[in-house]
Amino acid sequence: MSTTTLYAPAVARRRGRGHPGFFRRGTTWLMAPAVAALFAWMIVPLILTLWFSVQRYNLQDPAGRGFAGFDNYVYLFTDPSLATALLNTVIIVVGDLAVTIGVGILLAIVFDQPFFGRGIARLLAIAPFFVMPTVSALVWKNLLMHPVYGLFAWIANSLGFEAIDWFGDYPLASVIAIVGWEWTPFATLILLTSLQSVDREQVDAAHLDGASPLAVFRFVILPHLARPIAVVVMLETIFFLVVYAEIVVTTVGGPGLATTNLSFLIYSRALLAFDVGGASAAGVLAIVLANVITFLFVRTVARQM
Amino acid sequence: MRQRLRTKLQFTAIGWFAALVMAFPIFWMTLAAFKTEIDAVASPPLLFFTPTLENFAEMQERIDYIAHFWNSVAVAFGATALALLLAIPAAYVMAFYPGRRTQGILLWMLSTKFMPAVGVLVPIYLLLRDAHLLDTRTGLIVITLFGNLPIVVWMLYSFFKEVPREILEAARVDGAGALQQIVRLVLPLALPGVASTALLSIIMSWNESFWCINVTEVNAATLALAIASFSNPEGFFWAKLSAASVAAVAPMLVLGWCTQRQLVRGLTFGAVK
Repeated sequence: MSTTTLYAPAVARRRGRGHPGFFRRGTTWLMAPAVAALFAWMIVPLILTLWFSVQRYNLQDPAGRGFAGFDNYVYLFTDPSLATALLNTVIIVVGDLAVTIGVGILLAIVFDQPFFGRGIARLLAIAPFFVMPTVSALVWKNLLMHPVYGLFAWIANSLGFEAIDWFGDYPLASVIAIVGWEWTPFATLILLTSLQSVDREQVDAAHLDGASPLAVFRFVILPHLARPIAVVVMLETIFFLVVYAEIVVTTVGGPGLATTNLSFLIYSRALLAFDVGGASAAGVLAIVLANVITFLFVRTVARQM
Repeated sequence: MRQRLRTKLQFTAIGWFAALVMAFPIFWMTLAAFKTEIDAVASPPLLFFTPTLENFAEMQERIDYIAHFWNSVAVAFGATALALLLAIPAAYVMAFYPGRRTQGILLWMLSTKFMPAVGVLVPIYLLLRDAHLLDTRTGLIVITLFGNLPIVVWMLYSFFKEVPREILEAARVDGAGALQQIVRLVLPLALPGVASTALLSIIMSWNESFWCINVTEVNAATLALAIASFSNPEGFFWAKLSAASVAAVAPMLVLGWCTQRQLVRGLTFGAVK
């Protein structure tokens, strides 16, 4: 029952106006500060990015500034490092989606079962999500993955294997592992929450009919998880597209371009090479990509609602 | 019965194993925080050792932990307070006076979250530079505020919607204005929701790493950046790195655990409750 149907029509009629929300007009302004702030936050940088992207503008050469047309875009799309950066971005997104959702489903199923000390175990399992990215990355890089003193190196040595130089030999996989560890709790929490609303009677009935646990998972639980999984995919994609801090503190985009994704490429253009125009062109590309993906996912999720 | 107990014991083993694996890096970091630098790199790794508090004193000398701690506090609480100030009235209107455009405005707010930060890095950097706000708390607070505002509005909106409208209508008939309704009724009734919204905003601001790396340097650097300065080490630094990390992460772990039940709603913009 909405307030407008309770009070507004009578009042509006008395005032001789057809506007359906008399009370709304008195309160809508309360929304203005938040809407105005966000609008400014969105539109000003967007316009500036578009503007800079057609400018010849290097911070170290302010005198050489001028209109560049599509030069920055031509340069961006003919630069071989863009293809590498895009490919790395895709590998990080797909790899981490697979890791977090795969492990997340397993963890959610385990933590959905009653067991001793489940509350505390669940707290421990979601803890990585609250660790700031720079700390996670540094702890993994040094304490765990260091090729000489790291714990993994010791484990490999004691099992008779040679220690792996993670960031030297498998830099992208290492970044994916760290990001995956940080975001698995996110997927777990969301999937666990929706698992708890699975119809128990349906599960019990399936068991009574002789369905194997695997069949129950495949035909009862997985369909129920379709929408939350889509939500996780959408939200995580937005974060994985712009993985940044983990790369800055571990590999600095290297070795070579091995871990340079689109975020890091823009960062190195803008704040290391001072190329405002070029960085802005890449920024426009990032915005377009993110919006295309968001649009596709929103449509998919909306259809399932 | 016995079958059920056996299943439960099996899941106890599996569940705790999974939990310990996930938490292991944090556990290992915490151990290292209390080791000497020599013990921290010892091979084989030491599980038992004489604990020391030296690292916590040294990390203060090395990165001036306390100054950065206060920067983190200022950014997290400043951005959260401002976000609540802007979001509470907005969410109140959206929840209690929904109009034709309310849904659209909510979705639009959400969409600003999908703008990749790195896409607008250049203009924001230049705007802050021209306003002399680079490397200031004010600059970082403003940016963090905008980043969190959509989530804060969405969470508050979904909590406010659960407040029974009849109470507000009664108050309105008695002549209570919007401000009175918010302060006297909506906030007290939705207090747990408002609290978990604030907690989530504090956690996100505290851990925010992209902007603090790019627009702060020394004066306004939060802990997320200060700790990253350990990545250019001179000599052994793991124990001190771990000590600083433990001291930076522990408060957020506690807050995060307090709010875990409402977390899902906030993180999925109410799509999963």
